[in-house]
Amino acid sequence: MKISTRQKTNYFLIEVGLILVSLFMFLPFILAISMSFMSPTEVFSYPPKFFPSSINFKNYSEALKLIPLGRMLLNSMIVAVFTTIGKLVTGTLAAFAFSSFRFKGKNILFSTLFITLFLPAETVMILPLFMIMSKLGWVNTYWALIIPFTASATNTFLFRQHFMSIPTTLEDAAKIDGATPMQYFRKILIPLSGPMIAGASIINFVYAWNMYLWPLIVTMDDKMKTAQIGVKMLISAESTNNWGVIMAGTLLVAIPTLIIFFLLQDLFVKSLVGSGLKE
Amino acid sequence: MKWGKYTPYLLLIPTFLVIGIFIYWPAINSFSLSMYKVAPFGGRRIFVGIQNYIDLFKSDVYWNAITVTLIYLVVTVFSVVVLGYLIAQLLDNKVAGIKVYRTLIFVPYAISFAIGGALWVFMLNPVAGHINYFLSQITGKSINWLNQAPFALISVSVASIWKMLPFSIIFYLAGLQSISESIIDSSIIDGANSWQRMWRIKFPILSPITFYLIIMNITHSMFQSFGIIDIMTRGGPVGTTTTLIYRLYLDAFYFQKTGEAAAQSVVLFIIMSFITFFYFRFGEKKVHYQ
Repeated sequence: MKISTRQKTNYFLIEVGLILVSLFMFLPFILAISMSFMSPTEVFSYPPKFFPSSINFKNYSEALKLIPLGRMLLNSMIVAVFTTIGKLVTGTLAAFAFSSFRFKGKNILFSTLFITLFLPAETVMILPLFMIMSKLGWVNTYWALIIPFTASATNTFLFRQHFMSIPTTLEDAAKIDGATPMQYFRKILIPLSGPMIAGASIINFVYAWNMYLWPLIVTMDDKMKTAQIGVKMLISAESTNNWGVIMAGTLLVAIPTLIIFFLLQDLFVKSLVGSGLKE
Repeated sequence: MKWGKYTPYLLLIPTFLVIGIFIYWPAINSFSLSMYKVAPFGGRRIFVGIQNYIDLFKSDVYWNAITVTLIYLVVTVFSVVVLGYLIAQLLDNKVAGIKVYRTLIFVPYAISFAIGGALWVFMLNPVAGHINYFLSQITGKSINWLNQAPFALISVSVASIWKMLPFSIIFYLAGLQSISESIIDSSIIDGANSWQRMWRIKFPILSPITFYLIIMNITHSMFQSFGIIDIMTRGGPVGTTTTLIYRLYLDAFYFQKTGEAAAQSVVLFIIMSFITFFYFRFGEKKVHYQ
């Protein structure tokens, strides 16, 4: 088939459009990366430079020294991992209840859970939530950063939708074989949900890693702060505005989620869309 | 077949314990707190009924936060939906390098609002940043982006749009790719050009996604924006970037106005309930979680 000139110009325009959009979306990262390798004199050179004259990691070690960023990164890792595990455990259990059982009050319980979908507790109810933390003595601890976020409606619905797609014949067979509900759950439902669990893990991890307002409030001790708050501290600590150090620190905080994104892009995107709507 | 009469309740305990203690209980607390004024330092609580709400809606500062939020919300959500749709169209083509473009365009989704803010603070820096350099090369002027009245809100909005765009693009792209070829083919035979196809055929088919994105982006703008604002402007200059959630943070944790802050939580809570109701009333039929 012959390609018309019109189609050719169309392709050309699409390519140009895509290059421009990509540049707009990705340029901030390129600038941050190159800035993170520059010496203070290079950062402030005029006209501004786009690329460093040499690659050295001094800004990175500087960022780690200026504030306890290493510890903060560890905190974020602990918080993100345990929040994710919590959400997976509570979510799969609740989803199993809603997908495989008939019981009294099911609809009411389901609605009660549903309502929380649009109530971001970590922002709307932040003040009373903080007061509860004070009463429990959880301020400045991992408990405050993890426990309130170990259950979510989104995860429950996501898993429920998946469990319901598993043929009921499997459940009947398990019942006939005399399996207990938990045996069915452990040996059949969970093994059949691998990709779903992987996808949910990614989304939950990224969400927890990127939390900002709640960790800002509930941690006062620098040693308990998360890496996101570290970014804020770097910006205010660097009174001389050494942007090389600030950008190095910012990138250190961004790297874990960026790695996940680059490695698992397809899974990431698929589960994100899957959690939002069904065709 | 009966299969463990109490099992479902046991399975639900962990989830309901968490949402009960950390969502429902604080929500109830917000309501009761909002009826009290707390004397600073003394910790003595005085019942004042709806006085906190009256004070709130009499205060210029709060109205300013409402105005800022509305401007910010309309600008970001509108831009993100329209640009998201257009960019998704570009990505829905089989051209060279499409996977690379897709990856680069999606990247801001993976980082937090706070990090997004930090990247833009740097680019907008009057001395070291690249934006002012090019601006002064072209116009001879440079702008103090983050400390000057209209520009601070513009900067925060642009940075937010940049951060929120990938979310919309991802959903629109998934939607576009699920539209069946036959619909597109028959429209080509009927003589529709690509512009007409984009707005008269694909856009209506994807309207449930548009609806979902508007709702989701409203919640992103209302709440997640806190990080980007705190890093970029801290609500300033003189409150021109103080949104409702930032106002709540300042009053609750900076000025220690517990009662008024709780009243603000309740107002946000009511706004969210309204959005939720609207969502299920009009959007649930086609877009849903079940």
